[in-house]
Amino acid sequence: MPNGAALDGAAPIEVRALSKRYGRVVAVDGVDLTIEAGDVFGYLGPNGAGKTTSLRMMLGLIRPSAGSVRIFGRDPQLSVTALEGVAGFVEAPCFYPYLSGRRNLELCAALDGLHSAVVTRIDEVLDTVGLAERAKDKVRGYSHGMRQRLGIASALLRRPRLLVLDEPTTGLDPAGMRDMRELVRDLATRGITVLLSSHLLAEVDELCNRVAIIRHGRIAYEGSLAELRRTAGLSYRLRTTDDQRAGTILAERGDITHVGTDSGGVLTFKVVDEPVVGDLSRALAHAGAGVLELSPRHATLEDLFFQLTEDGSGAPGDRVAEVAGAAH
Amino acid sequence: MPGVFAVYRWELRKLRAQKRTYLGLGAAALIPLVFVVALVTHGGKPEDVAFGRYVHQTGLAIPLVLLLFGSIWMFPLITALVAGDIVAAEDRHDTLKTILTRSAERHQIFAAKTLAACSYAILAIAITGAVALVAGILASGFNPITSLSGTRVSAPHGLGLVGASLLVYLLPILAIASIALLLSTAFRNSGAAIVGTLMFSLLLQLVDILPGLSGLHPYLLSTQFNAWQGFLRTPADWAPVIRAVWVCALYAIPALVTAGLVFLRRDVAGE
Repeated sequence: MPNGAALDGAAPIEVRALSKRYGRVVAVDGVDLTIEAGDVFGYLGPNGAGKTTSLRMMLGLIRPSAGSVRIFGRDPQLSVTALEGVAGFVEAPCFYPYLSGRRNLELCAALDGLHSAVVTRIDEVLDTVGLAERAKDKVRGYSHGMRQRLGIASALLRRPRLLVLDEPTTGLDPAGMRDMRELVRDLATRGITVLLSSHLLAEVDELCNRVAIIRHGRIAYEGSLAELRRTAGLSYRLRTTDDQRAGTILAERGDITHVGTDSGGVLTFKVVDEPVVGDLSRALAHAGAGVLELSPRHATLEDLFFQLTEDGSGAPGDRVAEVAGAAH
Repeated sequence: MPGVFAVYRWELRKLRAQKRTYLGLGAAALIPLVFVVALVTHGGKPEDVAFGRYVHQTGLAIPLVLLLFGSIWMFPLITALVAGDIVAAEDRHDTLKTILTRSAERHQIFAAKTLAACSYAILAIAITGAVALVAGILASGFNPITSLSGTRVSAPHGLGLVGASLLVYLLPILAIASIALLLSTAFRNSGAAIVGTLMFSLLLQLVDILPGLSGLHPYLLSTQFNAWQGFLRTPADWAPVIRAVWVCALYAIPALVTAGLVFLRRDVAGE
């Protein structure tokens, strides 16, 4: 593919077998990701899992040890023109502390090759992020939240089709977090594809339609949140007049998995489909175990995240199978 | 995509907003002033250096004496103050990721930084030369100067020779700037780059005075700081000037190429 030639219909981000090694340390290990146009894509993982390293490779800041990144079909390692229509920041947005917020934006605009009407555009984005009144102040006097907002402003200057945001609400107060989420939601409704890296699961749950979860440098799950929840299986609590008998019935059934008890000693199990629960209730009644409680417990994103990322058993890929396997 | 000139203009704006720029340029202006004030108030003259004996006869001798004194550490330090910081500062502020994810290619940014560092070094020499000339002429007059060959050179002609000497003096200064740029790129630390450049410069001065190494003298960067003296002979001796051109290029070009390659290929991985 010729450098600089955008492919029509190419996905905003397509990552294949992406790896980064630092000596013997493998920071990113064979990551595959596809982010489609219009996605608000959550990128989740514990600290040190390889999120930021892979984001930096996607933006051409770090050279991959192996694998490929395509941004709208173009390779950011070959030329910065691959980042046309892409904006955002990795880790905290950083600016020159001895320049004002406006001057920093003017610098960004100049580096984008913008000349005409840039003043109006800078005013617009400063208004959008609520920094118009502090625009003439030097960035060294900005709070963390103001720098985050200036980072968004510098990203919006480029009129992006793809916005990459790494922990955009980190360090913000609750009002700042709410404003930032509203801004991201607003940008998404305008058709901008968003890649949102975050460790705030509620934030991802609230904003994103698809997620990838990275663990030890490898993708443990990529797909929709709904699919993740579905593959995690439906979890139930069961109390009966004869829990011992009920437990035996649960264990004997092949369509029920993860039989156990919760901290209160109440029976818990998982099924793949609700009809199984109907069959179970009939079987319990037939066996003389009266049902006192049979209630569904939907897995939260937090539950799923910890299932996929916590150390302890299996290879990273196995964790997906484990979650998915719980349903089978 | 912006051109190199647009990026260069912003590098200059960044330099204009930083205190270290004014520290270096202020020193470039202040040192000749202090020198002239000391000559006027205390009398005496630096007899052991070329043109030192003429400082009270003509102001044209003042910048030439300062060129001799300044080559030891003053001009290398003033040059390294910016050239040693211009890339490392991006690491300090973690701003490389900000500028490298816009529309300017890495080679454009590196070229702009190189041009900006060189522009600053040229300005510093020009300021020293201008202040030394003005202050010297006010203190000692605009009189003819005696060349190294012992001939009298008229004041206007002497002024032209001082200008030419400053231009030739820029050759080793730009080589020092290139080395500072390399250290700034490689170390990613301003202090290490500035001190490293100064140490390199002082090391060459040391080699210059060590016995038994006279064969190396023509190829030392420190020797090129004296190449301008070829103009102050009658007739002008172009040999040291021509040698300064290629010897300085031998120092500057590999340093710049290496710095450029490091900058182009480096990972911007943050802290």
